[in-house]
Amino acid sequence: MPTLLEEITADQIRTDLPELASGDTVRVHLRVVEGNRERIQVFEGTIMRLRGGGITRSITVRSVRSGVGVERTFKVNSPRIEKIEVVRHGQARRAQLYFLRKRVGKAASLRERRVS
Amino acid sequence: MSIGLIGRKVGMTQVFAEDGTLVPVSVVAIEPNTVTGLRTRERDGYTAVQLGSGVAKRLTRPRAGQLKGLPRVRDTREFRLDDGDGMAGYEVGQTLDVTLFNAGDLVDVVGVSKGKGFAGTIKRHGFRRGPETHGSDSHRQPGSIGAGTDPGKVLKGTGMAGHMGDARTTVKKLTIVRTDPERNLVLVKGAVPGARNGLVMLRKV
Repeated sequence: MPTLLEEITADQIRTDLPELASGDTVRVHLRVVEGNRERIQVFEGTIMRLRGGGITRSITVRSVRSGVGVERTFKVNSPRIEKIEVVRHGQARRAQLYFLRKRVGKAASLRERRVS
Repeated sequence: MSIGLIGRKVGMTQVFAEDGTLVPVSVVAIEPNTVTGLRTRERDGYTAVQLGSGVAKRLTRPRAGQLKGLPRVRDTREFRLDDGDGMAGYEVGQTLDVTLFNAGDLVDVVGVSKGKGFAGTIKRHGFRRGPETHGSDSHRQPGSIGAGTDPGKVLKGTGMAGHMGDARTTVKKLTIVRTDPERNLVLVKGAVPGARNGLVMLRKV
């Protein structure tokens, strides 16, 4: 039976998103407000960290842009997220892939995971 | 001073606000309160409304007398009103519920803080600790508690170790994020004193 606290947040938890796992390469479509205009910003990278459960669940996406590592954290259930696409399933044996920070180039890539 | 309601702390969680920010909230369950008494300037010297909530398993005879013709409430608390307002239309037997509050209102929340037992000066008063190494033994010692012969005593109010918590605590001006009249809940932004299931008073600012 869900606790009362889970019931309160239940309607804000999103069910329209794909299953996410650390190591996956994802494209996060985020609605951003610029002045009084709203547009969609896309951020692509590897899920380096999965954290929290329920409404607080968050992912940290890492990508290397112009030789600089960029990490962005998203609250998965945020209404600001338009959609999340899984581009590639990577094989990872832990939820937090901090070792990726020290790796450069091909070493920073993960083996592909077969999804049945 | 103004009217409020008696509730119980359910716990904390987070909810998304309209702009997408994740807001920390305390959930307070407020079963409808009954007005169990009125205090008037003429009779009591001050103006207040006494509210009751919960269901008492047992009532003492005097208590039963006070609650004659009213629900057998377990807890009663008074909410002071400004003298000028008079009784502002409140009458004994009336019930008040969550609809008293609206999202965006500010409230003061009164509760009894969690007991911390006998706490040292670092935890209780935010003192700094001494060095941990280099021969130091004064790791969590309080340090000096005052000068010597002059004043020749420890000044009143000097921070020392002792019992901490389990005291009436008020957190002022918390925003009401959402009310849920169906489930009799109020979501208040931020933390609220006390343990889960602890009695709290929400007082309108």
